[in-house]
Amino acid sequence: MTLSLKKDHKLADLFLQAKPESAGPKFFSDLKSKARLVLEEVGFPTVKAEEYKYTNISKKIADSIENPGSPSPISNLEKVEALRDLLDSIDGYQIITNNGIPEEALSDSPEGLFGLHHFTDLDASAIQEIGQIEKPENDAFSALNTFSFSQGLRIDIPDGKILKKPLVMVHYVRADENGACVYPRIFINAGKNSQASVIELTVFLNDETVFVNSVSEWAVAENAHIRHYKLQDGNKNTLEVHNTGANIHKDATLTSVVLSLEAGMIRNNLSIDLNASNCEGNMYGLYLLNGKTHVDNHTNVDHTQPHSQSNELYKGILADHSRGVFNGKIFVRQIAQKTNAFQQNNNILLSEDATVNTKPQLEIWADDVKCSHGCTTGQLDEEALFYMRARGMSKESARALLLYAFAGEVLEKISIEPFKKYCEKLVHERLGGSY
Amino acid sequence: MLSIKNLHASVEGTAILNGINLEIKPGEVHAIMGPNGSGKSTLASVLAGREEYEVTAGEVTFKGKDLLDLSPEDRAREGVFLAFQYPVEIPGVSSTNFLRTAVNQVREYRGQEPLDAVKFLSLMKEKMKLVEIDQKLLSRALNEGFSGGEKKKNEIFQMAVLEPTLSILDETDSGLDIDALKVVANGVNQLKSKDNATIVVTHYQRLLDYIVPDYVHVLFNGRIVKSGTKALALELEEKGYDWIKDEVAGTAV
Ligand SMILES: Nc1ncnc2c1ncn2[C@@H]1O[C@H](COP(=O)(O)OP(=O)(O)OP(=O)(O)O)[C@@H](O)[C@H]1O
Ligand SMILES: [Mg+2]
Repeated sequence: MTLSLKKDHKLADLFLQAKPESAGPKFFSDLKSKARLVLEEVGFPTVKAEEYKYTNISKKIADSIENPGSPSPISNLEKVEALRDLLDSIDGYQIITNNGIPEEALSDSPEGLFGLHHFTDLDASAIQEIGQIEKPENDAFSALNTFSFSQGLRIDIPDGKILKKPLVMVHYVRADENGACVYPRIFINAGKNSQASVIELTVFLNDETVFVNSVSEWAVAENAHIRHYKLQDGNKNTLEVHNTGANIHKDATLTSVVLSLEAGMIRNNLSIDLNASNCEGNMYGLYLLNGKTHVDNHTNVDHTQPHSQSNELYKGILADHSRGVFNGKIFVRQIAQKTNAFQQNNNILLSEDATVNTKPQLEIWADDVKCSHGCTTGQLDEEALFYMRARGMSKESARALLLYAFAGEVLEKISIEPFKKYCEKLVHERLGGSY
Repeated sequence: MLSIKNLHASVEGTAILNGINLEIKPGEVHAIMGPNGSGKSTLASVLAGREEYEVTAGEVTFKGKDLLDLSPEDRAREGVFLAFQYPVEIPGVSSTNFLRTAVNQVREYRGQEPLDAVKFLSLMKEKMKLVEIDQKLLSRALNEGFSGGEKKKNEIFQMAVLEPTLSILDETDSGLDIDALKVVANGVNQLKSKDNATIVVTHYQRLLDYIVPDYVHVLFNGRIVKSGTKALALELEEKGYDWIKDEVAGTAV
């Protein structure tokens, strides 16, 4: 693999060979051909590519994934105990994917609340929307998912439906002799005036190296209000690239909260198009990294019409040799007057060997807007630490309390109580333990 | 109770304290005055254990123990309390949570049972009355967005809760209006006993009308250059520090 090239074609070839294009409706074979073309023509990004210059995930995949195929479905999933207590306490509607493939039999699909359909079962008009929000040409990994997924899931929340319980999407992942690459593919359509929360969890059934490459598309119709929580708590051998794209319509809101607690390397691409007036996109993230974990959040919000709002807060605590990357793009188009856009990225480095690369990227063409951004990277506040110790609190407790307070600003964005409690406990354990 | 002998301290290689000697007995109130930059806060910080300050010579014993050998938290647990000149704002940490953790760690060190939520709350209530601090303030994050006066009151409130044997009040009166000053002084006086001692660092003799000192010391260039009674504070108020500086210059030649 030559790093002088901006794109890695060898890796692309490997994946293209691994996956014979599947049959299915013509729409998909066309979409997949398009994705193939993207991979053939541009390949995977190397560190020479601006968008991936700090995150050499192509190389990481090339070095650690021996078999670019996908594992077969795991049997007896219903017996898996992992997260059982959490799932019981949340008491939501479970939606299961099994090594990337939706598991209808294990998923809840209560009559009249929401629709759950395999892509291959969709009618012509519902099919047409797939791959239009998160287009294969946006990103090589979006193309890879599009080319490689063998079944996707479309969730339709009907107009006016307010889901009292959250949807809990659980991705079960385990590599086998057929491969280590998993491609969840989701399309969520939130109808007019609907309201729902979606919690997304991944269960890695062992510590073997796996590559999870997902695409999720969110169509949020007029006055719909959607909250999306994603917990990334794998192990040091997990490699993940997620492309999440959202289209937000008039008076609608999408709130995304991403917690990255454990992984080998993660790249999250989150892109929100605020396509109408008075709509809102909220992007929150927390990453607690140690060892050599590397987490990269690239976010993109596009204000295209007047009176829309975006709020963004990503916070990181980095120990050991870990690395965090944040890139936040905000576009405010010329007609998007009265836009409010706020962005913050704050990091605490607990070790001299930890690194953060943070970059706000604001492009504002409208003149009557309120936009602000800021990023900070520093050590734990020594003044505060001394103040607390001078009251009799141990250094360890003071440290943990300060770090927890820092993280708390993101955790408080979680509005589902049992899930929030669970995340708080994970964060507590991390901050009181290895930190 | 506290014995400071020939204390020298420096920060980043610059000497700030140049041989402090001070003896404090239980029940006493000592006022420390002196011009800006003379080293008053440095002395207070060194006693509380701030790590940026390096003690280059001298010794400090507190209730027979080598104070300089203890971590900041152990000094607090032994009964040293510093009311900060500039209390730190700590966003996201609730005042109540913080104080309860601190109190219980102090109790643990002293071999006492931890206070449960109910007992802690009644302790808080009792002390809140003493310093006339608003409950609303304590339900907020520690010192965050507090006014100057509110921060100072909160220091005294924490002192009341922790019941130290040696309290060091670093300019707790600065920035207080006369009503707040009376409340703070009243709190300090009520906590005074024959077993504990207080060091008040101040620029204003006004405070000393309410907290009456047994001794007044003048700190200049990192040394105590003059000690006296309350009368010395009145003299300083009237004449400023120049005559003391001249005296020091005179003896140095
Ligand atoms: N952390 C530090 N780094 C560098 N210099 C310091 C530091 N702390 C104190 N100093 C210096 O030490 C000297 C004494 O400072 P200190 O704060 O003790 O004075 P002070 O008597 O409390 O003054 P004030 O009346 O203004 O509060 C000053 O010259 C100050 O600039
Ligand atoms: Mg001072």
